[in-house]
Amino acid sequence: MAIPIAYNIRNLWTRRLTTALTVSGMALVVFVFAAILMLAEGLRKTLVETGAYDNVVFLRKGAATEVVSGVSRDQASILETLPEIALGPKGQKLLAKEVVVLIALPKKGSGTPSNVVLRGINENSLLLRPQARLVEGRLPRVGSSEVIVGTSIAKRFEGVEIDENLCCAMREWRVVGIFDAGSSGFSSEVWGDVDQFMQAFRRPGYSSVILRLQDSSEFQSVKSQVENDPRLTVVAKRETKYYAEQSEMMAKFLRILGMSLTIIFSLGAVIGAMVTMYSAVANRIAEIGTLRALGFKRRDILIAFLLESLLLGFLGGVAGLFFASFMQLITISTVNFQTFSELAFSFTLSFEIVYKGMIFSLIMGFVGGLLPAFRASRMVIVDALRAT
Amino acid sequence: MFFLKILIRNAFRNKLRASLTILGMTIAILAFGLLRTFINAWYAGVEASSATRLVTRNAVSIIFPLPISYQEKIRQVNGVKMVSHGTWFGGVYIDEKNFFPNFAVEPKTYLELYPEFILSPKEKEAFLEDRKGFVAGRKLVSKHGWKIGDIVTLKGLIFVGNWDFVLRGIYRGKDETTDETQFFFHWAYLNEGLKKRGHVWADQVGFYMVGVVQPELSTEVSIAIDQQFKNSLAETLTETEKAFQQGFIAMSGAIVTAIQIVSFVVIIIIMAVVANTMAMTTRERIGEYAILKTLGFRGLHIVGLIFGESLVITMMGCLLGIVLTFPAARIISTELGTYFPVFNVEEKTLFLNLVATWIVAFIAAIVPTRRAIQIRIADGLRRIG
Repeated sequence: MAIPIAYNIRNLWTRRLTTALTVSGMALVVFVFAAILMLAEGLRKTLVETGAYDNVVFLRKGAATEVVSGVSRDQASILETLPEIALGPKGQKLLAKEVVVLIALPKKGSGTPSNVVLRGINENSLLLRPQARLVEGRLPRVGSSEVIVGTSIAKRFEGVEIDENLCCAMREWRVVGIFDAGSSGFSSEVWGDVDQFMQAFRRPGYSSVILRLQDSSEFQSVKSQVENDPRLTVVAKRETKYYAEQSEMMAKFLRILGMSLTIIFSLGAVIGAMVTMYSAVANRIAEIGTLRALGFKRRDILIAFLLESLLLGFLGGVAGLFFASFMQLITISTVNFQTFSELAFSFTLSFEIVYKGMIFSLIMGFVGGLLPAFRASRMVIVDALRAT
Repeated sequence: MFFLKILIRNAFRNKLRASLTILGMTIAILAFGLLRTFINAWYAGVEASSATRLVTRNAVSIIFPLPISYQEKIRQVNGVKMVSHGTWFGGVYIDEKNFFPNFAVEPKTYLELYPEFILSPKEKEAFLEDRKGFVAGRKLVSKHGWKIGDIVTLKGLIFVGNWDFVLRGIYRGKDETTDETQFFFHWAYLNEGLKKRGHVWADQVGFYMVGVVQPELSTEVSIAIDQQFKNSLAETLTETEKAFQQGFIAMSGAIVTAIQIVSFVVIIIIMAVVANTMAMTTRERIGEYAILKTLGFRGLHIVGLIFGESLVITMMGCLLGIVLTFPAARIISTELGTYFPVFNVEEKTLFLNLVATWIVAFIAAIVPTRRAIQIRIADGLRRIG
């Protein structure tokens, strides 16, 4: 027969201070573990949502990002003749020739400038990004110095409210609207008319060409056709892949940071659990002897102490995840090293993180309790009973 | 001395528990030290910048160029001693993993403006004479096993194509905070190639480095420079080198803040572990404390005993952790040299380690001590286990 679990719960309750300290140590570890996973998840989600699977991005060969890429006007026109392009509601080809530059805008509060993506768009750009929709004001008129800003920019930067002017390239760019692109990277951009931007920033060519395929499965043939065309010096990428690649460096950084921190922290927490469980065993030698004398087997004692330690881990996990779930309210805005521009993303809790955190916490409890539990189960009845 | 002996004996009465706690403390101090060093490494560029240097860049953002004609105009500004210029080349050596900063610079003035890059006179002369020549830091050269006279090809990502360079000199840093992983070459060589293709960056540079006569003048000089190019096609923004470097870091500020917070969380975790150990220790010895009180020792003596024991345990962990920090930092600096050219443990970090240790020791001992001195003698004697 197994020792009832109520025995373990009461034991933990009797030594409240020790239990609370051990649990809070573990909770902090789970919190950090979950928070870093949530950050990586938020980043992934932001950049995955930014791209659409059907869209294809064309960049200059060798360019990793739109900022350093360049597609000349004649090459863009050749791309426009591809028969595989999907058609829009007015029968036009769904293709956008865009220009991307970085400008420095002051952040709210600190006033320190940070780089922001300025994207020159045409009327098809909005059709190609269905996730972006206007929430305030109106769209910029074609051929005017009007811009719209993403919600993350509107929230974090100064001087980007409606009817305010952004200054750059000897022009005043009037903000006429705010658009929301969900949690995608477009929310951290400023959009305006492409021809105006090209002229103002003296760009002879476009940065990239984006188009939607009629049939997504034709991607491979389009890619090889375009990349083997001697007139073109571009590479084709699915938009999803393009944005996933942009997050690689950052994701790798978060992963290394997260792994090393978690390993170090969990060592500390395991030691905490071990100290607690060893003392739990040491304090109860006579009790263990009595249990054995009553007929409980060695295995039962082992299980009982392991269970107690797992319970500590469980409590730590629940507490840690509880506090970590509040992190979802926080949005982090930092520079993506690869594009060198501002990107806002929030901590995102997924079911996977919850169960990873719980398992991790239980493992910490298990490892911490294993040696003490063995010690308890291997005691000789007579010696244990004699101990005071 | 006698007191210390008692403290150590007490601390190791339960050998297993004491060594586990010390181990935990060691790990925490190690982690804390490395995280602080990590943050310092992040700021290494700021620390290494000189107060007498200004950086002038395009006001729109760093990706826009400035015309080369500005060089002479900036030189005419009062208080300016010397002007050099640089362009971020963004070339890749074989694979993107081998990242290192590479610039096209005006070589003569650049070397004069940056006296922390030490080059032998012979190598310097060879570099200045060879238009295809380049100079690289000691760490970078040893990493890739280059020798003087070797031809190195960079693949340009911004300026498309393969560019060949000849290694003419290997610089070493003035002190250990100098970045020894840089790669710089003649701007004239880059410009020649760009002119041939009619590239928009022909006769344009990325930024100007301006040496001022004395650091006090830097504000006036930067205002004067920016004033001169107001309302031109390429307006400028001039700031001290420190502010320029800080601008880069400020943009990734969220990450630095996160690491800073985490470095304190590790201390809080270890606090919980040590406090737990102390709580268990005092609970076991309540009877002893009652006896001590009966013998006439005061509450203060008991406070000393508990705090002292806590300090003995944490200090041992701390010292062990500090000793281990140095080899660990060396391993990291060889592994992550690409990201952090300067990765040194500072004295301030060690000092912070000690402060953290004392704080942990004291906070961990507070609650158990309160219990130990408040208990009445009779209750304490009556209690078993």
